[in-house]
Amino acid sequence: MVLMGLAAMIPLALLLPSAVGLASPDLEDRVREIASELRCVVCQNLSVADSPSDLAKEMRNLVRELVQQGKTPEEIKAYFQSRYGDFVLLEPPKRGFNLVVWGLPFVALAVGACGVYLVAKRWTKRREPTTPPVDPGLLERVRRELREREGSGRS
Amino acid sequence: MSWKKALIPLACVPVIILLAYGFWTDPRAIPSPLVQKPAPDFKIAVFDGGEMSLDSLKGKPVVLNFWASWCYPACYEEAPLLESTWRKYKEQGLTMVGVAIQDKEANAREFMRRFKFTFPNGPDPGSKISIDYGVYGVPETYFIDRQGRIAYKHVGVLTPALMEANLRAILKGG
Repeated sequence: MVLMGLAAMIPLALLLPSAVGLASPDLEDRVREIASELRCVVCQNLSVADSPSDLAKEMRNLVRELVQQGKTPEEIKAYFQSRYGDFVLLEPPKRGFNLVVWGLPFVALAVGACGVYLVAKRWTKRREPTTPPVDPGLLERVRRELREREGSGRS
Repeated sequence: MSWKKALIPLACVPVIILLAYGFWTDPRAIPSPLVQKPAPDFKIAVFDGGEMSLDSLKGKPVVLNFWASWCYPACYEEAPLLESTWRKYKEQGLTMVGVAIQDKEANAREFMRRFKFTFPNGPDPGSKISIDYGVYGVPETYFIDRQGRIAYKHVGVLTPALMEANLRAILKGG
């Protein structure tokens, strides 16, 4: 009888956190994950998850409510985007003018690498040992003297 | 000048263009994606009793203003214009609705008394209406035309000229 009573209480205990309005850690993690991708619209460079402002707090509550309604993170972010535009997303979507933001670091890296390559090439070229131009007259004199020496050596 | 020497000032051109764009753009001005789109429906419990919804105002031009008693001095500067506009245009079918955001009821009521507000005003629990309209500060005003579209959104204190110009646009077709 006691066991039956305990068994009947288990489902009640499971329902308790939601019944008294306590959010589960899993729910809070999901809310935090989504809120960290949204920009606090009244702050400078703070996410909705990190901002102490009242509006950010209300936005977090709304995110929680939407998660509880079964909305996906994409649906929730799309909702905020439809109200505040791309600005509300901390990671700008990869399209239009935003592509400059995403592409510019790679372009700068490529240009820098080309620059380094060209400068390095020029430096290594300068340091190569170069043979000084030989005076043709001197060359002819050396050849003649060698011939003369060979000739005297044979005789 | 050889082409190599011209390359240095030429490389500066895109940087200068980018900087000029940055300086001419107000980083706090967030363009609203809602302009020229259907205004989101809302329900508001009016301070003076009763409930009001945008759906119930179909076919009427609406000025929706977000304010707060703690928004000083901007909301205090704008409040007399809201009341005088409402009195002037209500006979022409204009509906003005005020939404007090993140405000204490007593403070909001005191603000309304101070400026003798006679148009409907109500609180925004949980900032639901504010977020649904993409509000990020006060005051903000939305001009909703007879088709229920947001014709214009103004951030900051409205001037009489701006108010008149936008009212004319939404009062059309009555």
